[in-house]
Amino acid sequence: MMSQRAMLQRANASRADEEPARAFFEREIGQLLDSLYGAALRLCRDRADAEDLVAEVAAKAWSALGELKDRRSFRGWIFRILANTYYSVCRHRRASPETPLDLDEEGGDEAPFSLFEHLHQPFLLWWGNPEQEFLNTLLRRDLEQAIDALPEAFRVTVVLAELEGFTYPEIAAMLGVPVGTVRSRLSRGRACLQKALWEQALAAGLVDDSMPAATVAGDGGK
Amino acid sequence: MMNEANDISCEEALTRVFAYLDRDLDERARGEMERHLHRCRGCFSRTEFERRLKAQLRDTGRIDAPAALQTRIGQVLRRF
Repeated sequence: MMSQRAMLQRANASRADEEPARAFFEREIGQLLDSLYGAALRLCRDRADAEDLVAEVAAKAWSALGELKDRRSFRGWIFRILANTYYSVCRHRRASPETPLDLDEEGGDEAPFSLFEHLHQPFLLWWGNPEQEFLNTLLRRDLEQAIDALPEAFRVTVVLAELEGFTYPEIAAMLGVPVGTVRSRLSRGRACLQKALWEQALAAGLVDDSMPAATVAGDGGK
Repeated sequence: MMNEANDISCEEALTRVFAYLDRDLDERARGEMERHLHRCRGCFSRTEFERRLKAQLRDTGRIDAPAALQTRIGQVLRRF
């Protein structure tokens, strides 16, 4: 027997298919606007550029709405347009040597960085629960700065996976790359991001990796 | 009673943390991971740390679009 929830979903889906295109588009874009802008802001790292990007994406999506086969996949479809439009803007700007955007996909020889493992070095354990303390002191601005510092391809993947919650296959389809590439970019992107957070915490004096273990051991025994 | 034969090592569990949190594991691998997390405090703490960090990252995407952008998009739609 079909659940009430399933019936409601089917009714909504059916209504969505019958709804006039303009009403459908205005409702969907209205619901996703904050999300699109949030992603665009982390991609562009500039408010005015993010607004331009989202406005362009909305215009492109509206003019291409007839190509959307299933209206229920609108969210993935418009984020795909966002990623592609962002990349085309970047390619346009790439003439400048100061903005190297290509990523060496095979160059992942850096050791994977784990924030958790760094927070669990013996000299930090006097905190009691260092990883919880660290997360409690972490500011939104710290995270934004760490995302903004990521190399291009990592940043796009991290934004789609972490901020927007798309699955690896969905991201692969959006970016036109194999799922393995998404996994690799995400893994390396996370390592870079965690390293940046650690370095920010060091710079802010929140952690001190030069503290001698012997000093801490005395406090830890209380 | 725990079935030792089906348990994974901490080393293996740590390679699966993000795939587990990202729902990228198949049913069997997810089951193995959950059993391991149930009995291993260290891997559980690590997974919870990454889960909380992911949640804080997700929050950075939650931001109100400027009213000017909403107006601008409305104008774009009206032009077509």
